[in-house]
Amino acid sequence: MHSILIIAVMALVNLSLRALPFLLFRKENKTPKIILYLGKALPPAMMSFLIVYCVRSVDFSSGNHGLPELISIAAAMLIHSWKRNTLLSISISTVLYMVLIQTNLF
Amino acid sequence: MKNLMKAFQYAFPKTIPVMAGYIFLGIAYGLLMQDAGFGIVWTAVCSLFVYSGTAQFLGVSLLSVGAPLLQTALLTFILSFRHFFYGFSMISRYPEKGWMKGYLIHSLSDETYALIVGSNPPDYVDQKNYYFAVSFLDQMYWVIGSVAGASVGSLITIDLTGIDFAMTALFAVLVVEQWKSRKCHTPALIGAGVSILMLLILGPEQFLIPTLLIVTLLLIAFRKHISLQEDGGADNHA
Repeated sequence: MHSILIIAVMALVNLSLRALPFLLFRKENKTPKIILYLGKALPPAMMSFLIVYCVRSVDFSSGNHGLPELISIAAAMLIHSWKRNTLLSISISTVLYMVLIQTNLF
Repeated sequence: MKNLMKAFQYAFPKTIPVMAGYIFLGIAYGLLMQDAGFGIVWTAVCSLFVYSGTAQFLGVSLLSVGAPLLQTALLTFILSFRHFFYGFSMISRYPEKGWMKGYLIHSLSDETYALIVGSNPPDYVDQKNYYFAVSFLDQMYWVIGSVAGASVGSLITIDLTGIDFAMTALFAVLVVEQWKSRKCHTPALIGAGVSILMLLILGPEQFLIPTLLIVTLLLIAFRKHISLQEDGGADNHA
């Protein structure tokens, strides 16, 4: 029974956080300019943030110093700047990452 | 219906990186749930209704120790706080009402957010149907992966360690896309700079909320100097 409550609380907190901006500003014509501005300015900032968020638990000071992550992220960005083919960039960099961490190269 | 089919056909290839990441991570999650004594039904319920990787992984330990509800709420709030910021970019994109709006809000994960703000579907694809297709496919990958993990996950013998990097790579690709499609790079640089700085100062457990607040404040402070003009492809959402 307590397990059901734990799941319900998690679901409710998640849904509230996702729904809150929509509840605060119901219609576009009534939405303050600053919020619409944030809606457009946040995505590029969030993409950079999400990369950092993905590697947040990597230990950069010891072990392999996060080299597999840094090299594979750089590879994804370079390949993408060059070819601009999303699936190509992602598959090559992911395979590279898997090889780097499974072979313990660093 | 025909329009919806077209949207799914257009959306599917875009979601393939998410499929790789979600199915693998989902399997890992399902395995953990099963180990903790929570089987297929519990796993499916969490993936359908909580639907957040980070929160659900934390949920495994909360469930196995029977954590207090206040602690559960607080930890979920910290981990999922970033989702609060995603809605602001969706107010002008999502439908104004209806079941689809409700589902789109519920299913707004990191990867779904990235695919929605990072793409401009062609005219023959209805925007809202595209959002729905991406959101629905992504959640299905997560549900299928986690249920597979909770049921037959222990049978997998190939070493797939690291395949979840596909999602980090997706964000890296989208940074490049956003960089090339915009003239003004200040928001991307603010996001990267503040995130790295805060991670170094506060560490992985505490950097999340301060980072998001500082990024938002800086974007507001520098709004006079930030141009939102886009280079390639007209902005269909104006």
